[in-house]
Amino acid sequence: MTADPAVVPAARLNPIGKLATALVIAAGLLPSLDWVSAAAALTMEVALILALRIPLRPLLPRVALLVLAAGLTAVTILLYGESSGVVHWHFLLITVSDGSITLAFATFLRVLAIALPSVALFIGIEATELADGLGQVLKLPARFVLGALAGLRLVGLLGQDWRYLGYARRARGVADHARIRRVAGQSFALLVFAVRRGSMLATTMEARGFGAYPTRTWARTSEFGWRDSALIATGLVVVSTAIALSIATGHWNFLGSH
Amino acid sequence: MSAVAQSVGGVTVATEGWGWRPAGRARWALQDLDLHIEPGERVLLLGASGSGKSTLLHGLAGVLGGSEEGDEAGRLLVDGAAPGHRRSRIGMVMQNPDAQVILSRVGDDVAFGMENYNVARQDIWPRVRRALSSVGLNLPLAHDTSRLSGGQQQRLALAGVLAMNPGLLLLDEPTANLDPAGVLEVRDAVAAATEQTGATLIVVEHRTAVWLPVVDRVIVLGSEGQIVADGPPGVIVDRERDRLTGAGVWVPGAPLPEIPPRRAAPGEPLLTATDLSFGHRGGASLHTGLNFEINRATTTIVTGPNGAGKTTLALTLGGLLPPHGGRVDAALTFAPTPDRLEPIRWRSRELLTRIGSVFQDPEHQFLASTVRDELALGLRALKRDRAVVAEVSESLLERLRLDHLADVNPYTLSGGEKRRLSVATVLATNPEVIVLDEPTFGQDRVTWEELVRLLAEITAAGTALVAITHDGDFADLLADHRIELAAAPSQAPAQATR
Repeated sequence: MTADPAVVPAARLNPIGKLATALVIAAGLLPSLDWVSAAAALTMEVALILALRIPLRPLLPRVALLVLAAGLTAVTILLYGESSGVVHWHFLLITVSDGSITLAFATFLRVLAIALPSVALFIGIEATELADGLGQVLKLPARFVLGALAGLRLVGLLGQDWRYLGYARRARGVADHARIRRVAGQSFALLVFAVRRGSMLATTMEARGFGAYPTRTWARTSEFGWRDSALIATGLVVVSTAIALSIATGHWNFLGSH
Repeated sequence: MSAVAQSVGGVTVATEGWGWRPAGRARWALQDLDLHIEPGERVLLLGASGSGKSTLLHGLAGVLGGSEEGDEAGRLLVDGAAPGHRRSRIGMVMQNPDAQVILSRVGDDVAFGMENYNVARQDIWPRVRRALSSVGLNLPLAHDTSRLSGGQQQRLALAGVLAMNPGLLLLDEPTANLDPAGVLEVRDAVAAATEQTGATLIVVEHRTAVWLPVVDRVIVLGSEGQIVADGPPGVIVDRERDRLTGAGVWVPGAPLPEIPPRRAAPGEPLLTATDLSFGHRGGASLHTGLNFEINRATTTIVTGPNGAGKTTLALTLGGLLPPHGGRVDAALTFAPTPDRLEPIRWRSRELLTRIGSVFQDPEHQFLASTVRDELALGLRALKRDRAVVAEVSESLLERLRLDHLADVNPYTLSGGEKRRLSVATVLATNPEVIVLDEPTFGQDRVTWEELVRLLAEITAAGTALVAITHDGDFADLLADHRIELAAAPSQAPAQATR
């Protein structure tokens, strides 16, 4: 409830500011497919992550996954992307050319540049804080925000239900064959459990006055301060600098127009 | 918009010719109910299942729903007004601990109700702390609610309700799903809270021995939803003893059922655990180095506190979860082939005639759309003759008093009926070992007694039973062997999230 002075700068920022910043950067980088804007954005993002002192321990494994995903996308484009310039290798449908190499490299950087801010900024955001932000900063309806928040907690219970439904199928002698049909049946049973748990939760919430009045108070503040505005501004600077650099060097390629 | 009523103390509860008929039903759940409860009275509401106790509580809590949910007759009054107008003064705690927790942090969960009633922020946190300490839940406010035991979850729900200073506390079987320690935790927290606040209390509970010491009035509802007895606890329980016992209520001092005497010597071993360690898939081992045998015609009772890993042991013995270390081996004559002695390596169908598992939540094991098909399912998987399938399922339907429900969907049965059906599905394929996980949880006295008799009977006929239970009477009546699991040592120490 009170800010702990020991926490890193990133943890003091409002989740809504983080969400907006990630969206700003993604929106700015989506239209083009060149390597310059992506590389420039990526460089500045890394600097931003270091400045915010986002803890590396949770970050690095996520980044590793991201690099893997970006790499796989790039390889696909390298092998099957539109070919132009010198063709280096050709095998059946596979063509590796200058064009596909450039495109693959640009895609690799772009996937990283777009996804890295979301991955980094969302570390350590708890559902509760996000809900507070959505309700108090964005003023979304409390019914929607808290319904979603409480519903999220049910996911863990449903995971447990799923395992038990699986054990029960084995115990009842029907787990040897027809795997697809079994999974379909088990999914349906899970759906029944989900509806049931959902309606019990709704009764509990209603019994505690949820929705009794049009207004409610919030036990935790979700404040949107100058730091949060600064973060979004930084996001804007990152994308606009990246785009400006790309246009200036003649690499800007709006929606793949050339 | 309105501020929370500042008044303290209990409220008056009155029903005037009240009745409720759920939508689509021909029969009224409750009818012509006239009741008057004084502020601060502590009432235990009793009656057979289906007598409308929960309906009355939900009505008083104002959560029955509108006209699309059912028809209402007469009036319900809480402090002279409809419950809907008194919602901030009414708090309800229900049976299922899982369904009582709303948010993921202890503090937020308690604050939830106050937020909804527009309590100012600076007032919320002191009230959260006071409510948590009044139920004896001294945990950090950021503690993760998914790591609470059942008893702790129920106390949390109670704290969430008490923080709103309710004048009326409605409890719908709040301790039915708890272990004995959890039951007393919750009961004592309720008693202390009502003592402190003077709130009016209405509690529905089958296990009267727990609640009789803390209530000052008992109301008994009949099967037609009418009041059949109303008065001081001692008098009512004595006078209505037979009626209450017949209705499935646990009356203190009621005799335990007589069951046939057990054999002196245990039968030959069917399953042998050697240096067994077990735990959840991918999790830490909960116990290591266990050695025991499961013998024919013998009941083995497994006890231990919540979180000790009893359910995981049941799944491991049932051939559903691989052991972490050591072995569970079947006797040579019991295993399907000599090269596959371990139940986890048997095919699903091979388990059917060998090891049957009855889960804690019967709903997890229902697969068919009617009770009859549910019973036939295992037999069909074994490719039994159509006539045999029909004969066995009919005789089980009759024996477990489910014949009038043969074409009903299993999910729509009552708690006791679901339990009987889940046991019947296992009996249908006649396994030599039956593993039951908390078979008597949440059961009324009638179902309880039936289960005890049935299980005693099948053990006498040669089946090996393994039952996980908290239920002392059940264990004392049936136990030949006992396995006592200590609290799992590997549980991570409680720590605040972040």
